[in-house]
Amino acid sequence: MKFAVIVFPGSNCDVDMYHAIADELGEEVEYVWHDEDDLDRFDAILLPGGFSYGDYLRSGAIARFSKVMAAVKKAAEAGKPVLGVCNGFQILLEAGLLPGAMRRNQGLKFICRPVQLAVENNETMFTSAYEKGEVITIPIAHGEGNYYCDEQTLERLVENKQIVFRYHGENPNGSLMDIAGIVNERGNVLGMMPHPERAVDALLGSADGLKLFRSIVNYWRETHVVTA
Amino acid sequence: MYKVKVYVTLRESVLDPQGTAVKGALHSLSYTEVKDVRIGKFMELVMEESGRDINELVREMCEKLLANPVIEDYRYEIEEAVAR
Repeated sequence: MKFAVIVFPGSNCDVDMYHAIADELGEEVEYVWHDEDDLDRFDAILLPGGFSYGDYLRSGAIARFSKVMAAVKKAAEAGKPVLGVCNGFQILLEAGLLPGAMRRNQGLKFICRPVQLAVENNETMFTSAYEKGEVITIPIAHGEGNYYCDEQTLERLVENKQIVFRYHGENPNGSLMDIAGIVNERGNVLGMMPHPERAVDALLGSADGLKLFRSIVNYWRETHVVTA
Repeated sequence: MYKVKVYVTLRESVLDPQGTAVKGALHSLSYTEVKDVRIGKFMELVMEESGRDINELVREMCEKLLANPVIEDYRYEIEEAVAR
Protein backbone atom coordinates (compact mmCIF):
# COMPACT_ATOMS: atom_id res chain seq x y z
CA MET A 1 0.00 0.00 0.00
CA LYS A 2 1.32 3.44 -0.93
CA PHE A 3 0.69 6.62 1.06
CA ALA A 4 1.18 10.23 -0.05
CA VAL A 5 2.13 12.91 2.47
CA ILE A 6 1.18 16.26 0.95
CA VAL A 7 3.64 19.05 1.75
CA PHE A 8 2.54 22.69 1.64
CA PRO A 9 4.79 25.66 2.33
CA GLY A 10 4.51 25.80 6.13
CA SER A 11 3.63 22.16 6.79
CA ASN A 12 5.58 20.96 9.81
CA CYS A 13 4.17 17.55 10.74
CA ASP A 14 5.00 16.00 7.37
CA VAL A 15 8.13 14.31 8.71
CA ASP A 16 6.25 12.80 11.68
CA MET A 17 3.60 11.52 9.29
CA TYR A 18 6.23 10.00 7.00
CA HIS A 19 7.98 8.38 9.99
CA ALA A 20 4.72 6.86 11.24
CA ILE A 21 4.04 5.22 7.88
CA ALA A 22 7.57 4.23 6.87
CA ASP A 23 9.05 3.16 10.21
CA GLU A 24 6.14 2.20 12.45
CA LEU A 25 3.67 0.87 9.90
CA GLY A 26 6.24 -0.40 7.40
CA GLU A 27 4.33 0.74 4.33
CA GLU A 28 5.44 2.71 1.28
CA VAL A 29 5.21 6.49 1.58
CA GLU A 30 6.27 9.46 -0.48
CA TYR A 31 6.26 13.24 0.04
CA VAL A 32 4.22 15.13 -2.56
CA TRP A 33 4.84 18.87 -3.06
CA HIS A 34 1.74 21.06 -3.26
CA ASP A 35 2.17 21.92 -6.94
CA GLU A 36 1.81 18.35 -8.19
CA ASP A 37 -1.45 17.54 -9.89
CA ASP A 38 -1.46 13.75 -10.07
CA LEU A 39 -2.04 11.42 -7.11
CA ASP A 40 -3.21 8.40 -9.10
CA ARG A 41 -0.22 6.28 -7.99
CA PHE A 42 -1.23 6.49 -4.32
CA ASP A 43 -3.72 4.41 -2.34
CA ALA A 44 -4.19 6.87 0.52
CA ILE A 45 -3.61 10.60 0.96
CA LEU A 46 -2.36 12.24 4.18
CA LEU A 47 -2.57 15.98 4.80
CA PRO A 48 -0.24 16.79 7.69
CA GLY A 49 -0.39 19.51 10.33
CA GLY A 50 1.48 22.77 10.38
CA PHE A 51 0.82 26.33 9.29
CA SER A 52 0.35 26.17 5.53
CA TYR A 53 0.88 29.62 4.01
CA GLY A 54 1.49 30.97 7.51
CA ASP A 55 -2.21 30.50 8.34
CA TYR A 56 -2.71 33.83 6.51
CA LEU A 57 -6.33 34.95 6.17
CA ARG A 58 -7.68 31.76 7.81
CA SER A 59 -6.06 28.40 8.56
CA GLY A 60 -6.17 26.36 5.37
CA ALA A 61 -7.82 29.11 3.30
CA ILE A 62 -4.96 29.52 0.87
CA ALA A 63 -3.72 25.92 0.80
CA ARG A 64 -7.10 24.75 -0.44
CA PHE A 65 -6.40 26.47 -3.77
CA SER A 66 -3.07 24.64 -4.26
CA LYS A 67 -2.78 22.63 -7.45
CA VAL A 68 -2.57 19.37 -5.52
CA MET A 69 -5.99 19.93 -3.92
CA ALA A 70 -7.79 19.13 -7.19
CA ALA A 71 -6.03 15.76 -7.13
CA VAL A 72 -6.94 15.28 -3.45
CA LYS A 73 -10.58 15.94 -4.36
CA LYS A 74 -10.33 13.41 -7.18
CA ALA A 75 -8.85 10.79 -4.81
CA ALA A 76 -11.67 11.47 -2.34
CA GLU A 77 -14.26 11.05 -5.07
CA ALA A 78 -12.60 7.77 -6.07
CA GLY A 79 -13.19 6.54 -2.51
CA LYS A 80 -9.53 6.46 -1.46
CA PRO A 81 -8.80 7.12 2.23
CA VAL A 82 -7.97 10.81 2.78
CA LEU A 83 -6.79 11.82 6.26
CA GLY A 84 -6.28 15.44 7.32
CA VAL A 85 -4.68 16.07 10.70
CA CYS A 86 -4.80 19.47 12.42
CA ASN A 87 -3.98 21.98 9.65
CA GLY A 88 -4.83 19.15 7.25
CA PHE A 89 -8.32 19.02 8.81
CA GLN A 90 -8.60 22.81 8.45
CA ILE A 91 -7.67 22.55 4.78
CA LEU A 92 -10.30 19.82 4.19
CA LEU A 93 -12.93 22.09 5.80
CA GLU A 94 -11.93 25.08 3.69
CA ALA A 95 -11.94 22.88 0.58
CA GLY A 96 -15.48 21.74 1.36
CA LEU A 97 -14.46 18.07 1.53
CA LEU A 98 -15.78 18.10 5.10
CA PRO A 99 -18.60 20.28 6.50
CA GLY A 100 -18.12 23.06 9.06
CA ALA A 101 -15.36 25.47 10.03
CA MET A 102 -12.84 26.14 12.80
CA ARG A 103 -12.99 29.00 15.26
CA ARG A 104 -10.23 30.21 17.56
CA ASN A 105 -9.97 28.03 20.70
CA GLN A 106 -12.44 29.13 23.37
CA GLY A 107 -9.61 30.00 25.79
CA LEU A 108 -7.75 31.83 22.96
CA LYS A 109 -4.55 29.91 23.74
CA PHE A 110 -2.56 27.58 21.54
CA ILE A 111 -2.78 24.23 23.34
CA CYS A 112 -0.09 21.57 23.00
CA ARG A 113 -0.57 18.50 25.21
CA PRO A 114 -1.91 14.95 25.20
CA VAL A 115 -5.69 14.64 25.48
CA GLN A 116 -8.10 11.75 25.84
CA LEU A 117 -10.41 10.86 22.98
CA ALA A 118 -13.34 8.48 22.83
CA VAL A 119 -13.77 6.46 19.64
CA GLU A 120 -17.40 7.25 18.76
CA ASN A 121 -17.56 5.26 15.57
CA ASN A 122 -15.30 2.26 15.02
CA GLU A 123 -17.05 1.23 11.83
CA THR A 124 -14.95 3.40 9.53
CA MET A 125 -11.90 2.55 7.43
CA PHE A 126 -9.88 4.68 9.87
CA THR A 127 -11.05 3.23 13.17
CA SER A 128 -11.89 -0.46 12.67
CA ALA A 129 -8.92 -1.56 14.82
CA TYR A 130 -10.34 0.30 17.84
CA GLU A 131 -13.16 -0.83 20.12
CA LYS A 132 -16.31 1.25 20.13
CA GLY A 133 -16.03 3.74 23.00
CA GLU A 134 -12.34 3.00 23.48
CA VAL A 135 -10.57 5.87 25.23
CA ILE A 136 -7.21 6.72 23.69
CA THR A 137 -4.49 9.27 24.39
CA ILE A 138 -3.37 11.44 21.46
CA PRO A 139 -1.62 14.82 21.56
CA ILE A 140 -3.18 18.03 20.26
CA ALA A 141 -1.31 21.17 19.14
CA HIS A 142 -3.53 23.91 17.81
CA GLY A 143 -4.87 27.42 18.31
CA GLU A 144 -7.91 26.99 16.09
CA GLY A 145 -9.61 23.69 16.77
CA ASN A 146 -12.94 24.95 18.00
CA TYR A 147 -15.16 23.08 15.54
CA TYR A 148 -18.36 24.77 14.41
CA CYS A 149 -21.19 23.93 12.04
CA ASP A 150 -24.86 24.93 11.84
CA GLU A 151 -27.58 22.90 13.56
CA GLN A 152 -28.79 21.02 10.49
CA THR A 153 -25.23 19.98 9.67
CA LEU A 154 -24.69 18.83 13.25
CA GLU A 155 -27.88 16.76 13.13
CA ARG A 156 -26.72 15.13 9.92
CA LEU A 157 -23.29 14.40 11.42
CA VAL A 158 -24.95 12.66 14.37
CA GLU A 159 -27.49 10.75 12.26
CA ASN A 160 -24.90 9.46 9.80
CA LYS A 161 -22.43 8.60 12.58
CA GLN A 162 -19.90 10.97 11.03
CA ILE A 163 -18.53 12.02 14.42
CA VAL A 164 -15.62 9.65 14.80
CA PHE A 165 -13.63 11.05 17.73
CA ARG A 166 -14.82 13.15 20.68
CA TYR A 167 -12.77 14.71 23.45
CA HIS A 168 -13.17 12.59 26.57
CA GLY A 169 -13.38 14.03 30.08
CA GLU A 170 -12.54 17.59 29.14
CA ASN A 171 -13.01 19.61 25.96
CA PRO A 172 -9.80 21.60 25.39
CA ASN A 173 -11.04 24.06 22.73
CA GLY A 174 -14.81 24.50 23.04
CA SER A 175 -15.72 22.51 19.90
CA LEU A 176 -19.39 21.68 19.32
CA MET A 177 -20.39 18.38 20.94
CA ASP A 178 -16.73 17.84 21.93
CA ILE A 179 -15.97 17.00 18.32
CA ALA A 180 -12.33 16.07 17.69
CA GLY A 181 -12.72 14.31 14.33
CA ILE A 182 -15.35 13.76 11.64
CA VAL A 183 -15.71 11.84 8.38
CA ASN A 184 -17.58 12.80 5.22
CA GLU A 185 -20.87 11.07 4.39
CA ARG A 186 -19.15 8.40 2.35
CA GLY A 187 -16.75 7.72 5.22
CA ASN A 188 -13.47 7.92 3.29
CA VAL A 189 -12.37 11.43 4.28
CA LEU A 190 -11.39 11.91 7.95
CA GLY A 191 -10.41 15.21 9.52
CA MET A 192 -9.15 15.35 13.10
CA MET A 193 -7.41 17.94 15.26
CA PRO A 194 -5.39 15.47 17.44
CA HIS A 195 -2.16 14.08 15.98
CA PRO A 196 -2.21 10.26 15.67
CA GLU A 197 1.18 10.41 13.88
CA ARG A 198 2.72 11.74 17.10
CA ALA A 199 1.37 8.77 19.05
CA VAL A 200 2.91 5.77 17.32
CA ASP A 201 5.51 4.69 19.86
CA ALA A 202 5.16 4.11 23.62
CA LEU A 203 8.59 5.76 24.02
CA LEU A 204 6.99 9.03 22.90
CA GLY A 205 4.17 8.75 25.42
CA SER A 206 1.52 6.84 23.50
CA ALA A 207 1.14 4.36 20.68
CA ASP A 208 -2.63 4.79 20.46
CA GLY A 209 -2.45 6.47 17.06
CA LEU A 210 -0.98 3.41 15.41
CA LYS A 211 -4.34 1.61 15.25
CA LEU A 212 -5.68 4.39 13.06
CA PHE A 213 -3.02 3.78 10.44
CA ARG A 214 -3.38 0.00 10.83
CA SER A 215 -7.12 0.34 10.20
CA ILE A 216 -6.41 2.07 6.88
CA VAL A 217 -4.02 -0.70 5.84
CA ASN A 218 -6.48 -3.41 6.91
CA TYR A 219 -9.21 -1.73 4.90
CA TRP A 220 -7.00 -1.50 1.85
CA ARG A 221 -5.96 -5.16 2.10
CA GLU A 222 -9.55 -6.30 2.46
CA THR A 223 -10.59 -4.42 -0.64
CA HIS A 224 -7.49 -4.93 -2.81
CA VAL A 225 -5.82 -8.18 -1.95
CA VAL A 226 -7.68 -11.17 -3.32
CA THR A 227 -7.32 -14.18 -1.10
CA ALA A 228 -7.73 -17.58 -2.67
CA MET B 1 -9.11 52.18 -10.56
CA TYR B 2 -11.15 51.34 -7.53
CA LYS B 3 -10.30 51.08 -3.90
CA VAL B 4 -12.39 48.36 -2.29
CA LYS B 5 -12.69 48.07 1.49
CA VAL B 6 -13.76 44.63 2.67
CA TYR B 7 -14.90 43.95 6.25
CA VAL B 8 -15.15 40.35 7.44
CA THR B 9 -16.68 39.45 10.81
CA LEU B 10 -17.88 36.28 12.50
CA ARG B 11 -21.60 35.72 11.94
CA GLU B 12 -23.96 36.94 14.65
CA SER B 13 -24.86 33.34 15.52
CA VAL B 14 -21.21 32.37 16.04
CA LEU B 15 -19.65 33.10 19.41
CA ASP B 16 -16.53 35.25 18.98
CA PRO B 17 -13.95 34.15 21.61
CA GLN B 18 -11.63 37.09 20.90
CA GLY B 19 -14.45 39.62 21.09
CA THR B 20 -15.62 38.12 24.36
CA ALA B 21 -12.12 38.41 25.86
CA VAL B 22 -11.77 42.03 24.70
CA LYS B 23 -15.18 42.90 26.14
CA GLY B 24 -14.03 41.46 29.47
CA ALA B 25 -10.87 43.59 29.31
CA LEU B 26 -12.88 46.75 28.54
CA HIS B 27 -15.18 45.99 31.46
CA SER B 28 -12.20 45.57 33.75
CA LEU B 29 -11.12 49.05 32.62
CA SER B 30 -14.59 50.08 33.84
CA TYR B 31 -16.08 50.75 30.37
CA THR B 32 -19.26 49.02 31.45
CA GLU B 33 -21.14 50.76 28.62
CA VAL B 34 -19.71 48.15 26.23
CA LYS B 35 -22.34 45.48 25.60
CA ASP B 36 -20.69 43.53 22.82
CA VAL B 37 -17.40 43.35 20.92
CA ARG B 38 -16.97 41.58 17.59
CA ILE B 39 -13.50 41.29 16.12
CA GLY B 40 -13.08 41.05 12.38
CA LYS B 41 -10.74 41.70 9.50
CA PHE B 42 -10.34 44.71 7.29
CA MET B 43 -8.88 44.35 3.80
CA GLU B 44 -8.15 47.00 1.21
CA LEU B 45 -8.07 46.00 -2.43
CA VAL B 46 -6.95 48.20 -5.29
CA MET B 47 -8.60 47.04 -8.49
CA GLU B 48 -8.46 47.86 -12.17
CA GLU B 49 -11.46 48.10 -14.39
CA SER B 50 -11.85 44.98 -16.50
CA GLY B 51 -15.29 45.31 -18.04
CA ARG B 52 -16.72 42.93 -15.43
CA ASP B 53 -19.16 44.32 -12.90
CA ILE B 54 -17.11 45.39 -9.87
CA ASN B 55 -19.81 44.40 -7.37
CA GLU B 56 -20.07 40.96 -8.87
CA LEU B 57 -16.28 40.55 -8.79
CA VAL B 58 -15.95 41.62 -5.17
CA ARG B 59 -18.80 39.36 -4.03
CA GLU B 60 -17.27 36.44 -5.88
CA MET B 61 -13.86 36.98 -4.27
CA CYS B 62 -15.42 37.34 -0.82
CA GLU B 63 -17.37 34.12 -1.16
CA LYS B 64 -14.53 32.13 -2.66
CA LEU B 65 -11.65 33.25 -0.49
CA LEU B 66 -11.82 36.43 1.58
CA ALA B 67 -14.60 35.20 3.90
CA ASN B 68 -15.65 31.72 4.97
CA PRO B 69 -19.45 31.75 4.58
CA VAL B 70 -19.84 28.95 7.14
CA ILE B 71 -18.86 31.26 10.01
CA GLU B 72 -18.25 34.70 8.56
CA ASP B 73 -20.24 37.60 7.08
CA TYR B 74 -18.74 40.26 4.87
CA ARG B 75 -19.59 43.72 3.65
CA TYR B 76 -17.67 46.07 1.41
CA GLU B 77 -17.42 49.64 0.18
CA ILE B 78 -16.20 50.69 -3.23
CA GLU B 79 -14.43 53.99 -3.70
CA GLU B 80 -13.36 55.37 -7.05
CA ALA B 81 -9.68 55.97 -6.56
CA VAL B 82 -7.45 58.23 -8.57
CA ALA B 83 -5.48 56.47 -11.29
CA ARG B 84 -1.91 55.42 -10.37
